Amino acid sequence: MTKVTGAQALFRALEGEGVDIAFGIPGGAILPAYDPLIESKVRHVLCRHEQGAGHAAEGYAWATGKVGVAIATSGPGGCNLVTALADAKMDSVPMVAITGQVPTPVVGNDAFQEADITGITLPVTKHNFLVKDANELAGTIREAFHIARTGRPGPVLVDIPKDVQLQEITWEWPEIVELPGYKPTTRGNVKQVRSAARAIMEAKRPVLYVGGGVIKANAAKELYKLAVDGRLPVVTTLMARGAFPDTHELALGMPGMHGCYTAVTAMQKADLLIALGARFDDRVTGQLSAFAPHAKVIHADIDPAEIGKNRVVDIPIVGDAKDVIAKLHAELKRRQEEAGGVPERGEWLRTLKTWKKEFPCRYDQPADGPLKPQFCVERLYEHAKDSIVVSGVGQHQMWASQYWRFTEPRTWINSGGLGTMGFAVPAALGAAAGKPDRRVVAIDGDGCFQMTAQELATSTTEKIPFVTAILNNAHLGMVRQWQELFYEERYSQVYLSHEVPDYVKLAEAYGCVGLRAEHPDEVDAVIEKALSVEDRSVVIDFRCDPREMVFPMVPAGASNDDIILGPEGLRPVNDPAEAPVA
Amino acid sequence: MSLHTISVLVEDKPGVLTRVAGMFAARGYNIDSLAVGPTADDGLSRMTIVVHVERASLEQVTKQLNKLVNVIKIIEHEPGEAVERELMLVKVRAEGDARARVLEICDVFRARVLDVTHRSVVVEGTGTPDKLEALLELLRDFGVLELSRTGRIALGRGEKGIKDRSGRQKLAVAGAERWEGGSV
Repeated sequence: MTKVTGAQALFRALEGEGVDIAFGIPGGAILPAYDPLIESKVRHVLCRHEQGAGHAAEGYAWATGKVGVAIATSGPGGCNLVTALADAKMDSVPMVAITGQVPTPVVGNDAFQEADITGITLPVTKHNFLVKDANELAGTIREAFHIARTGRPGPVLVDIPKDVQLQEITWEWPEIVELPGYKPTTRGNVKQVRSAARAIMEAKRPVLYVGGGVIKANAAKELYKLAVDGRLPVVTTLMARGAFPDTHELALGMPGMHGCYTAVTAMQKADLLIALGARFDDRVTGQLSAFAPHAKVIHADIDPAEIGKNRVVDIPIVGDAKDVIAKLHAELKRRQEEAGGVPERGEWLRTLKTWKKEFPCRYDQPADGPLKPQFCVERLYEHAKDSIVVSGVGQHQMWASQYWRFTEPRTWINSGGLGTMGFAVPAALGAAAGKPDRRVVAIDGDGCFQMTAQELATSTTEKIPFVTAILNNAHLGMVRQWQELFYEERYSQVYLSHEVPDYVKLAEAYGCVGLRAEHPDEVDAVIEKALSVEDRSVVIDFRCDPREMVFPMVPAGASNDDIILGPEGLRPVNDPAEAPVA
Repeated sequence: MSLHTISVLVEDKPGVLTRVAGMFAARGYNIDSLAVGPTADDGLSRMTIVVHVERASLEQVTKQLNKLVNVIKIIEHEPGEAVERELMLVKVRAEGDARARVLEICDVFRARVLDVTHRSVVVEGTGTPDKLEALLELLRDFGVLELSRTGRIALGRGEKGIKDRSGRQKLAVAGAERWEGGSV
């Protein structure tokens, strides 16, 4: 029987859960835990801000599929984690946050650096725990990891008072995790899968509406088989970029507010939507009552609460995407063999092909400038196709998603649901820490970058290099775009600065390489130089045209039928969307 | 909008009431009443929640409740399928002649008088919410000085208990032949 302290038990438990890396910052109430950390196998990455530690844990989880771990002290430490936890909750990112708490005798006494962190994080975590006895610590850590990684993944916080970290206990590793109220349904109901396969066989204009759940479930291979063998066109949401290769002829791209015309319109015209691990988010559906008005809906999700939440569903399937898609593929294949092949849908596939050709995402890069952000993304893609791409939130995020061609899962990392500016730099740090043999490229905006740029210091001191490409338009670009389009060009508080900060100098101050491109003809050379640096992080300041806007666009609250293709606001000539649907 | 009574079996853990109440608040569902207490099983509590929502939202309410890790089981009580009771304490002005009339009303409603002073009585009323409303309506004529109600509690009729019932399946999505429940 080994005697250990609560702090030692914490690290034994983390090691037992397979944790190899944690992102955090020490402080008063978590001090005891940082002592056994010195001997622990867990690598600690010392971040510069707890929000950075939280997003780094998320980036690690996105890139590796494992549970990301963040550690912070009580009070302000925990409070600074809140944004990252909320982000992880919205995007179903598996994450465990460990926070120190003031000693149990003073909990509730407004002690120094005390905050009711379990109360504060209750709505932004999947679950949280306050550990009052070190004998329960290992079991609680097990439960936390189990909850974080199973079912619909999400963030779990474990709050540990300082005296509990110091409490001496007899070490015991609980073999079984028992949570009577937590039993996710992972296996799709076979009868429902049969109904779904029947509906697919009968559909004339089916579309696979693929969401982040497919990536979370590691179901990209199963999806590929289903799409290819069933000849089913695929839209991949912002959360699912990379779940199906953009280079494939059946790939229609991203749907939604800034989605490709083909992806958006295919759903509008579809007679069957096969939603897999997607949640009918308002950025995808636009005006809900006008979304995919002709479509019957199959909705497979591991979270029963998502089914029927926004859209009435014809065939619901509760289950893990990997299990459901594999079953659906087998059932569909069987029916196709019986029927002597894939149902005839030549006209639908030809129409989609025509749309893809005629209405791609487009921009114009004049040879003499100004530099267009889309051009920077395209050139980055050409030079660094095999990278993991991370983005923040705003225009740059949409351009990155539109112009990068993703071919494998877990190569696109962003803040989707919460829309957290400042996500990219720390998430790239986490991704690079988790995937040291892959190049990580953060495509960021200048507004986002300034919110969390301090983690470049972490990148340098911890030797976790990545490339950050700032599409610098000196503005809060997406807000500027809305003010231009919907507030009569009355620009209010969106201009940041063309001069401040000097991103090259800032990068150098953090020990990174700083580069700048102002003209289109400088872009390739700068990218090549950036990619040649391997021992430290690089920041590229792309000085982009502030007037450039993200298109296509479906205005907020409008029907997806009213998609605007470009700044001229014109609908395509001979708009196929106007054609009557049988 | 209509009232629905649901029984929720939860683990008796710190914060579980906050989690349940917080979910209702965060998602904008109105709680009409909420009563919570221990059950016959150690470590388990039972909440009876009367919620004021559209029928369609009720499904979301139960699904979101199911997602809470400490929630073990939920059943919705269909009207007539459960016995429902509430307890009310009401302090009524009762001076002189009024006292006899108050006591007469209490007698009709089988309400007990718990405290009497020269100017007031405290009445304990038990029954269905409808019955308590009727009693209260009559007592209002005398002047209600103070009122405290427990909120509704309910048990399904018949021998089956909450743990034996397939409450979740009943609330499955339209079109689903069978939903195995499960929280996520």
